[in-house]
Amino acid sequence: MEENQRGARVEEQESVICCEQLSKRYEGGVLAVDRLDLRVYSGEVFGLLGPNGAGKSTTAGMLTTRVVPTGGRALVAGIDVVARPAQAKQVIGVVPQTNTLDRALTVWENLYFHGLFFGMSRRAARAAADGGLVLFRLDDRAKAPVSALSGGMAQRLMVARAILHHPSVLFLDEPTAGLDPQSRLALWDILAGLRAEGPTIFLSTHNMEEADEHCDRVAIMDNGHLLSVDTPAGLKASVGADSIVTISATGDLDSLARRLATMEGALRATRADGTVQLHVKGARGILPRVLDIAEREGDTVTDVSVTEPTLETVFITLTGRELRD
Amino acid sequence: METGQPLPAGAPPAPPMRCGMPKPSRSTMGASRVAFRALLLRDLVVLRKSLSVFIPRTILQPFLLVFVFLYVFPKIGESVGGGGRAQAEFAAVLVSGVVGLTIMFQGIQSVALPMVQEFGYTKEIEDRVLAPLPVWLVAVEKVVAGAIQGLFAAIIVFPIAAVVHVRTISLGLAVHWVVLVTMMPLACVMCGALGLTFGTRFNPRQVPILFGVIILPMTFLGGTYYAWMALAPVKVLGWSWLQTLVLFNPLIYVTEGFRAALTNSPHMPLYVIYPVMVGFCALFLWAGIRGFDRRVLS
Repeated sequence: MEENQRGARVEEQESVICCEQLSKRYEGGVLAVDRLDLRVYSGEVFGLLGPNGAGKSTTAGMLTTRVVPTGGRALVAGIDVVARPAQAKQVIGVVPQTNTLDRALTVWENLYFHGLFFGMSRRAARAAADGGLVLFRLDDRAKAPVSALSGGMAQRLMVARAILHHPSVLFLDEPTAGLDPQSRLALWDILAGLRAEGPTIFLSTHNMEEADEHCDRVAIMDNGHLLSVDTPAGLKASVGADSIVTISATGDLDSLARRLATMEGALRATRADGTVQLHVKGARGILPRVLDIAEREGDTVTDVSVTEPTLETVFITLTGRELRD
Repeated sequence: METGQPLPAGAPPAPPMRCGMPKPSRSTMGASRVAFRALLLRDLVVLRKSLSVFIPRTILQPFLLVFVFLYVFPKIGESVGGGGRAQAEFAAVLVSGVVGLTIMFQGIQSVALPMVQEFGYTKEIEDRVLAPLPVWLVAVEKVVAGAIQGLFAAIIVFPIAAVVHVRTISLGLAVHWVVLVTMMPLACVMCGALGLTFGTRFNPRQVPILFGVIILPMTFLGGTYYAWMALAPVKVLGWSWLQTLVLFNPLIYVTEGFRAALTNSPHMPLYVIYPVMVGFCALFLWAGIRGFDRRVLS
């Protein structure tokens, strides 16, 4: 039995998102998502991590009814999103990557009308809009047009809008892209605050630090395939190493990687974008030996760093490429 | 738990698809009805907020048309349609044409242009289609909102068109109520649906083409300034080619319909006008909803 970061017994939890062989091939033949099997448990923060073009947005698009799958099926809160999209939309909240606030309305009206769209009475929508603005610290902007909001404020308002109707699942597409560091922190504070009572959170991101820090479980995606799903700690442990030595050097890096892989304590060595990454278990005294092996064959080492495994390491181990490209 | 190894392709998840209890939700039909009403309310609130733009935008063109043709021309001795009785008939023709034209422009201005913006720049529509109703109903709501604006516009414009003229002209207006109360909503919905079709098929850079190449000929060849029957003498080899050609223009049925509703002038038979307008309505709704679906779903 696995335990997630919050200590919840995840395998006994109810799933709120289930994908079975979910696929999307766009007109023109691009296979964006290929037979995705995925479960997201009720109440967790689930991150879909991968580079641009991995299929994250297409996956989120299918789960939020905007992209029509070409194969498989998906349920959100027990509702088939393909067969019954209008019903599925009742139980999801979406924060898209672009600003889709209603520019013809004020900040307050954006929340009020959202409440009406989702079946609240006028009185309930008024109360929810008032409460939402206070919770998201936008109450002093209630009557402002949305065009007067900063990027961080607009993002907060979109989150406020998305949770106004108490969805079962909140989808966030690259929620902190384009935000300044302060706004990022503010947004994560808000999302952390939501967790006590709130919805399951499904976010897509290419930011591995955020996925590591804020997600209960992370799915790593590349080229439309799901490569691995686990807690961040579990993913990092799957690499098997306790240290990652990254070596920048001149010379034949493939040969260097082969030689380093034979060292005592080395688990594997891979080439990644101009460096060699050496995965080590028990790294004491490893650096002099690395330098020794490198320079014995005439390679000049220009930089060496030792780090703990990160989700980036996991991604490189799975794909042989860096996440940031 | 997977630990770092790729999942075997095609491996099914452990238990069969048993995924959460459906959250107690409202019936889709009930939720759709409520959401539709709320979307409509939103559009009307936005209309109320923008009355200072809506009113001048709506009345200026009709006002200038009747001002030039029915006030300035008679004053400076130009006569359109001949003097006296013929001029009164021309005035009636023009007033009903102007009402039809106004409704068509509302379809473009209140449905097509905002939609081009929303698809092209603001992406606001992406949020609107996440409201809990089927996507096609969001499109229909846009048509209904446009039709309501067309109705307001016609109500504002008619008195202006009927009042602005020189005293020597007596307008030959005669209201046929049954025709008017059926023609008005039909024309408004048809033009709203036309707006939806244009709005989903043009991107912001193509708007000048929409106006210059499509709207302009529709306006001039849509029977605003003349009755369709009057085109018969425009002939080549004995064939009234212009009269035939303008039959492809949806606006001609609207202006002729209002001619039937507001005047005693000769007009295209109603048994032609109504079915063709219903047909255009269906065609534009179908094309517009299809275009809308394609733009918001992938």
